[in-house]
Amino acid sequence: MDMKFKIFRFDPEVDSRPRYQEYDVSAEPGERILDCLNRIRWEQDGTLSYRMSCGHGVCGSDGMRINGVCALACQKLVKDYSGGEVLVEPLPFFRVVKDLVVDMEEFLEGIRRLHPYLLSTGDIPEKERFQSPEDRKKVDDVIRCILCACCTGACPVMLENRDYIGPAALVWAYRFIFDSRDGGFEERLKGVDFPDGAWACVNHFECTRVCPKSIPVTRSINTIKRAIEKVFPRRPD
Amino acid sequence: MSFKHDVVIVGAGLAGLRAALELAGSLNVAVISKVYPTRSHSGAAQGGIAAALGNEEPDSWEWHMYDTVKGGDYLTDQDVAEVLARDAPRAVFELEHMGVPFNRTPEGKIAQRAFGGHTREFGKAAVKRACYAADRSGRVMMDTLYFEAVRRGIKIFPEFQMLDIVMADGQVAGLVVYELATGEIHLFHSRMVLLATGGFGKIYKTTSNAFASTGDGVSAACRLGIPLEDMEFVQFHPTGIYGLGVLISEAARGEGGVLRNSNGERFMERYAPAIKDLAPRDMVSRAIATEIREGRGIGGRDYVHLDLTHLGEKKLAERLSDISSFVRIYLGIDPVRELIPIQPTCHYMMGGIPVSVEGRVLWPSGESVPGLYAAGECSCLSLHGANRLGCNSLLDLVVFGRIAGRRMAADLEDLSWVDPPRDAEHRARERIERLMEGAGSEKTAHVRSAMQETMTALCSVFRTEQTLARAAVKIRELKDRYSRVRIDNRGSRFNMELLDALELEGLLDLAEAVVVSASGRKESRGAHFREDYPERDDENCLKHTLVHTAGEVLELSYKPVTITRFEPKPRTY
Ligand SMILES: Cc1cc2nc3c(=O)[nH]c(=O)nc-3n(C[C@H](O)[C@H](O)[C@H](O)COP(=O)(O)OP(=O)(O)OC[C@H]3O[C@@H](n4cnc5c(N)ncnc54)[C@H](O)[C@@H]3O)c2cc1C
Ligand code: SF4
Ligand code: SF4
Repeated sequence: MDMKFKIFRFDPEVDSRPRYQEYDVSAEPGERILDCLNRIRWEQDGTLSYRMSCGHGVCGSDGMRINGVCALACQKLVKDYSGGEVLVEPLPFFRVVKDLVVDMEEFLEGIRRLHPYLLSTGDIPEKERFQSPEDRKKVDDVIRCILCACCTGACPVMLENRDYIGPAALVWAYRFIFDSRDGGFEERLKGVDFPDGAWACVNHFECTRVCPKSIPVTRSINTIKRAIEKVFPRRPD
Repeated sequence: MSFKHDVVIVGAGLAGLRAALELAGSLNVAVISKVYPTRSHSGAAQGGIAAALGNEEPDSWEWHMYDTVKGGDYLTDQDVAEVLARDAPRAVFELEHMGVPFNRTPEGKIAQRAFGGHTREFGKAAVKRACYAADRSGRVMMDTLYFEAVRRGIKIFPEFQMLDIVMADGQVAGLVVYELATGEIHLFHSRMVLLATGGFGKIYKTTSNAFASTGDGVSAACRLGIPLEDMEFVQFHPTGIYGLGVLISEAARGEGGVLRNSNGERFMERYAPAIKDLAPRDMVSRAIATEIREGRGIGGRDYVHLDLTHLGEKKLAERLSDISSFVRIYLGIDPVRELIPIQPTCHYMMGGIPVSVEGRVLWPSGESVPGLYAAGECSCLSLHGANRLGCNSLLDLVVFGRIAGRRMAADLEDLSWVDPPRDAEHRARERIERLMEGAGSEKTAHVRSAMQETMTALCSVFRTEQTLARAAVKIRELKDRYSRVRIDNRGSRFNMELLDALELEGLLDLAEAVVVSASGRKESRGAHFREDYPERDDENCLKHTLVHTAGEVLELSYKPVTITRFEPKPRTY
């Protein structure tokens, strides 16, 4: 297929503002959008920058906005864009470092702040802690998260409220709130019980729609809200 | 800028991070990684981590050790395999304690499943030894260790790429490092360096490895004249998605999947009557290649089928959901109902930087290089011998990452600070300048794909004297072409074109080391199959290969294998 790529370009060192550059690429229908970007960079224009590593949706490096939808370039195929035109832009709300490469520090720091590790529940046995398959199942969806930030980039609330901790952080909060081995249940709920925490989500479902790992993001956020209401019945408004 | 740390760890995959956890607190440790830590390729591991927990059925560490040795076709150093198998249960419990969300048995223990080459009672039948978290075992371990490192306050420099190791007075003095976001070259002054840079599957065209798997640590060591060990042993995983190389974990067969040829025949019954589709990877990959050669590839083409249709929707969703989604996304196939086209894909490097059981890097004389350590896939402990068993790598990373960390903590006192030479960064700056300003007109991508085609055509599952000789000539030609590579991007921010070009230099060195080592080994053992020498030859070849640069050429030497409990026997399954 003959494809026309229009790619966001910006090098803050030399450009005063972003521009869009067009490239023609011929590609097989089954090829990844990442393959097309690589072809552009390898054959036509070595100055293009983007992140990538595993190439099959596991490392989470290549989140970007493709025809207006946040997605992984390695998970979208040429045949998904039958119109033959593909607009590629960096994830929204993130500071652009160069072209499609954005600054992820703040995003990751938001998750690191949540203490994303097990808080001890007293004595640790010599062997494994027991956990029933039912309890383990509670985190089965959220442990698929690859920290790609597509959800946060897609959330309409972020547009008005940059202080919202965002859907990815809430997925990570969920991961530990509902791990039966964790000792910090109430503390963790308190940690997201504030206006820019879980309560900022207004159920747009955009995050769920774009998540490349099919995590039920919105549902997880709602489960957190229900748990907060149950544990702290008189939550501040 | 320059930085000063007692220890610098290169690589934030599982090996690097596990070692870092051991050093945190007492020493000034820094970890550098060319990708964000959780983007490291350890995160792509699907199937699981081996340990004889006996949670599902009786198991013992001795069986595990035996399987590791036999799986390695007796090239495994048995003292190392013993350490691995004995320490495995502790290592897995430690991961559970840190928070890894393993799947569970009905009684709440860590669940286990069957995996290639893991057996009970010294080869009688397959055993459930692989501890797993669905088919994203590596990813959840990666996240857990990363956030544990965060909790312990370990200093991590993401998107910092090592270019060279700096030595002074025969001792490690630090590293030359390129910062991706700024294009600056930094000197990291240190007393110790641990290389944990992972594999280099990118020397082949079809691979399950990441774009970042370019073996930078191994080639940097090679440039110092350190020998590389057992480089001819390259693992081809039987089930890569046709054309793409993306992995379909052995877990798919561990859960009951089978391979079929164009006649619909479950052909592994002929090659490994006892454990069939769960034979070790080298045997299954050769069986697939043989089926294809003899015309039983699907529609006469170069692939066979992986059949998961009898596993049922529920099992696929619960235990193999990632790989089911890969198949749906990349092939547009529903594995619940349709057969999956697969072909062998380059997967793992058994060879690498020779290290002692405690991670010290060794000179050919057997003496260690003061201050230099290695762990993980970039190292060669001689643990995996001629063929690694599935689920033994993740285990290797956490067992020997920890041991190396401990050794380093203990060794630090004996190492003084040495000043890096004044021109430490010279080579790096010169390389970059040549790539940007040189007169040539070659493109990195062209040279790289020629290398990948060459290695795939001439040095993969089957090899002969002729194919290897041709490969050697080709790689030399490509090295010459490389000297004329020129890049267009002079920018300093995320200059991927520059990084690609720098990595390619190392890849070419590694490709050559593989080819030369392979032509030196005139026998067939594990993953190294010589059609002109189809038998294993214990009398002459039960030895480890060492290859090192001597001026312009590569020289081979050999060292003995450590055999403790299990005398070499014919390897049948
Ligand atoms: C698809 C796939 C599935 C697998 N499944 C399993 C499995 O189920 N079980 C199992 O036991 N094994 C499995 N393996 C093998 C195993 O995952 C790898 O061998 C292992 O993860 C390698 O870990 P590592 O820590 O050595 O390196 P990696 O995880 O590859 O990490 C390398 C690190 O080094 C850094 N680095 C590299 N070069 C530089 C440089 N120049 N400067 C700075 N940093 C650098 C990278 O940024 C990265 O942080 C699988 C492998 C693949 C490819
Ligand atoms: S469901 Fe919540 S988090 Fe997701 S996009 Fe909507 S508002 Fe944002
Ligand atoms: S929840 Fe989904 S979209 Fe969001 S960071 Fe995780 S994997 Fe990406």
